[in-house]
Amino acid sequence: MKVSELMELIGATNLNPEANLDTEITCGYSCDLLSWVLAHGKAGMAWCTVQTHVNVIAVSVLMEMACVILVEGVEPEPASLKKAIDEEMPILATNKTAYEVCVLMGQAGVLPPAE
Amino acid sequence: MESTILKNTYEINAGEFQTAGDVSANIKRKLKQIGIGGTVLRRIAVASYEAELNLIIHSHGGKLTLEMTPSSIILTSADVGPGIPDLSKAMQEGYSTASEEARDLGFGAGMGLPNMKRNADGFSIESEVGKGTTIQMRFDVKDA
Ligand SMILES: Nc1ncnc2c1ncn2[C@@H]1O[C@H](COP(=O)(O)OP(=O)(O)OP(=O)(O)O)[C@@H](O)[C@H]1O
Ligand SMILES: [Mg+2]
Repeated sequence: MKVSELMELIGATNLNPEANLDTEITCGYSCDLLSWVLAHGKAGMAWCTVQTHVNVIAVSVLMEMACVILVEGVEPEPASLKKAIDEEMPILATNKTAYEVCVLMGQAGVLPPAE
Repeated sequence: MESTILKNTYEINAGEFQTAGDVSANIKRKLKQIGIGGTVLRRIAVASYEAELNLIIHSHGGKLTLEMTPSSIILTSADVGPGIPDLSKAMQEGYSTASEEARDLGFGAGMGLPNMKRNADGFSIESEVGKGTTIQMRFDVKDA
């Protein structure tokens, strides 16, 4: 599934006009503790979080993720959006909970990160 | 001692959350340029990010040094304090003294040092209260 297809699936808006929405999603994940995300992060991951600060973008870029999904209506800090634009990292925004997003991804065949 | 091909030192200031991760991104870019990739690049990126963030969150400031020899990458984190009173505790998963501010940003899971150790091929940590903490990590690289 591409990022653009995921957007449609979960009804999310992309907040980053510079982002590449053609990236293939390799796995899904949800966590708000950055060290856990670093332990499990994979290239191509779609990551759900309620964290909104700039380190979220730093982590997603470092792990070469496909996109960050900000759930439950949280909004990125301006610095985060700027960094996401600089790094071309898609930020998908949705009112759904991380659980709902993960259920939808799971039903569509997106797997958890392989160890 | 093997000859050093490359050596870069990056200053990291305490409390600078807004630029956190920039040094690790730089290191990753540099290594990519010289042909390091795949899982070893990923492991170095995770370890350097954790080390960088610990310098920002817990230390009074320090340096991250990247060195390359023909067979390995060495990453060293050295700070000027406050030091760690109980290293075995600090190395445990889940142990954290992170501030409320750091926790609000998603740090403080107590996973950083374990993540560094797990990702490195060699790991050593030394600390003295009042002096500082030095962590050295080695990553073996195969010839391409
Ligand atoms: N450079 C340092 N100087 C002083 N204390 C440190 C340093 N690095 C780590 N510590 C101590 O060791 C503890 C564990 O560090 P670790 O990186 O594992 O977890 P954390 O930074 O608290 O949380 P996380 O890394 O999961 O965000 C820290 O909470 C802190 O007490
Ligand atoms: Mg840490």
